[in-house]
Amino acid sequence: MFLGVDIGSSSSKAALIDKNGGLIGSQVINQGTGTDAARDIAAILLAAAGVKRQEILYSVVTGYGRMIYRDADAQVTEISCHGLGVARTLPAVRTIIDIGGQDAKVIRLDGEGRVVNFGMNEKCAAGTGRFLEVMARVLGREITALSALAAQSTRPVQISSVCTVFAESEVISQLAAGAAPADVARGAHLSVAARVAGMCGRTGVAPQVAMTGGVALNRDLVDAMAIELGVGIQVPPAPQIMGALGAAYYAQAKYARRPA
Amino acid sequence: MEEKTIAGAGKPAEDNAEDNITSKKLLNQLMKEHYSQARTAKAQGRTVVWATSIIPQEILEAMDLTVVYPENHAAAVGARKDAPGFIRRAEQSGYSTDICSYARVNLAYAELPHSEAENIPAPDLIFCGSNICCTVIKWYENLARKFRIPMILMDAPCSTAYYVEQENVTYIRRQIEDAIRQLETVTGRKMDRERLLEVMRISNENAMWWKKATDLLAHRPAPACGFDMFNYMAPIVCLRGKKEGTRLFRLWYDELLAKIGRGEGPWQDQPERYRVLWDGIACWPYLSDTYKILKRCGINVVTSTYPESWTLLYEPGDLDGMARAYGSLYVLRSLNYAVDRLSNLASDFAVDGAIFHSNRSCKGMDFKQYEIARRLRDKYSIPSVFFDGDQTDPNAFSLAQYETRVQALLETMENRREQSRKQSREQSRKGAGTK
Ligand code: SF4
Repeated sequence: MFLGVDIGSSSSKAALIDKNGGLIGSQVINQGTGTDAARDIAAILLAAAGVKRQEILYSVVTGYGRMIYRDADAQVTEISCHGLGVARTLPAVRTIIDIGGQDAKVIRLDGEGRVVNFGMNEKCAAGTGRFLEVMARVLGREITALSALAAQSTRPVQISSVCTVFAESEVISQLAAGAAPADVARGAHLSVAARVAGMCGRTGVAPQVAMTGGVALNRDLVDAMAIELGVGIQVPPAPQIMGALGAAYYAQAKYARRPA
Repeated sequence: MEEKTIAGAGKPAEDNAEDNITSKKLLNQLMKEHYSQARTAKAQGRTVVWATSIIPQEILEAMDLTVVYPENHAAAVGARKDAPGFIRRAEQSGYSTDICSYARVNLAYAELPHSEAENIPAPDLIFCGSNICCTVIKWYENLARKFRIPMILMDAPCSTAYYVEQENVTYIRRQIEDAIRQLETVTGRKMDRERLLEVMRISNENAMWWKKATDLLAHRPAPACGFDMFNYMAPIVCLRGKKEGTRLFRLWYDELLAKIGRGEGPWQDQPERYRVLWDGIACWPYLSDTYKILKRCGINVVTSTYPESWTLLYEPGDLDGMARAYGSLYVLRSLNYAVDRLSNLASDFAVDGAIFHSNRSCKGMDFKQYEIARRLRDKYSIPSVFFDGDQTDPNAFSLAQYETRVQALLETMENRREQSRKQSREQSRKGAGTK
């Protein structure tokens, strides 16, 4: 069996595959690098799947916290892992949009699932999951409730600040001036979509397009992104685990190629 | 103002063989001398000039003036991670965070003239060239106003043309002639034309050895790491018109050549696995971090667009040619020129990829980067990666993001190499089948 672990800035994920690449199980905990969850995610998954540590032939860690994670055999960047995870899950995809806790990336794949090009956000948090977390906090909602809330919007507000900090105060004053929470939520989605579309412009977008990461569970944001880009966007089942799954596939490949 | 000459520091160029000093030691020694001699000159009442980094220093040197380069000094301050205090001070004085951080560091240094890194004496004269950017005009004007000293400006028009037009060359040449007249007025001395010719010769010789040395990195494996190039930039900025510079760059060239002869690569403990081009100024506060991460990946920076800007060559004595050299920097020319220049470097140095330092400070050098990267990728199939940083402000950089991006570039380059190996294996199998 092969194990893939993805330690992000705000969540930890793990995926376990058998020797044929079939998914045995996965885990997602909404706590990222530096937390107990990051340390224990693999053990939790193995316990849930009834698998012993010795049965793991090889493991790969990816994600922002990969450098400080000690229990894996190798590490691979999240760019390559998301690429491979999606390429095996949705083989026709050529462009992946992954919005994580503190970065956003666009990954271009070739016909064989190899990364040919990628772009990432600039240093600030605009256009990332963190931006949506801040918006959810201002609105007093759970981040998972944003999608349903935004779906009720009739007149989305325009959030002109790109900077997360400025956007927060802008939104507070819009709410104070009577803007509906649904319109603010939709405005936040449109703002992220516009920002990420700018990145897509730099790398180019080839169909088919898929979105991964926890943010891809937000249906309203995926729709906003699709409208912004003018293409349909697919979301793989369990989009959060694409990085961990890709890491598990890398573990399998690295095990096969290990020196005898 | 004073009329004494400042003796050239260091030893003459001919005696390299006599002592076994390494170029690295010599570099440190010469830079120390450069700064200490400037301070001594000031203490003795001689004229100190603050000048921009790619200026016709030939005319200053020929007038025996002491020159220091605020950009080079700010880089040294940045490398010592001593910039934040100056940056804060400049911002308190009303300078925007969006202004080049060399300017912020230096404008604050003018107020609080002490840094742990290095110290430069206050100026008596400003010599500013807008051939590198427009920021320097206001920056140096403010210095001139603060110190109540004269400023000489050499303006260079930014052009959208591929080649620099003759009228621009003429415009710059006339300004150089005018600058000579202004220097004569300020110092009360006549320009010694023979001496000017000699300094032009030395400057060209230094630029040539600089080019010859950095060109040796085209060899595979490269005999040095390109980050060395960043270290040798201080003397190419500060000693370009001095004989000690010739001694240093020749020595460096000889060392690199000897390393090639011995088959040595950039590192003793590991091979050069991948070769990349670095675009933009070094991220000075994190020079060693950015280097170590590359080294850990086996990635060697073999060429860069930035150090190449000091390869200023022309026929000594030809003021028009000199004006053309100073007016032909890539920041003054078209996007097509920038793309061709990078792609030529990429092919001459056989790079596998490119790293773009998206430097918040230097807009002129950076604003074309995305389009250049796109064309490099689409036309020449060169993968690249961007990271955010700044030349002196440590706050604009994130080590974890840099590391992820460099590793992702590594994985892309690995994929490509594997792919092309596979293709050539298949081809040779097919070839064998037809025989
Ligand atoms: S903006 Fe760029 S060229 Fe101008 S002074 Fe700053 S670093 Fe130098």
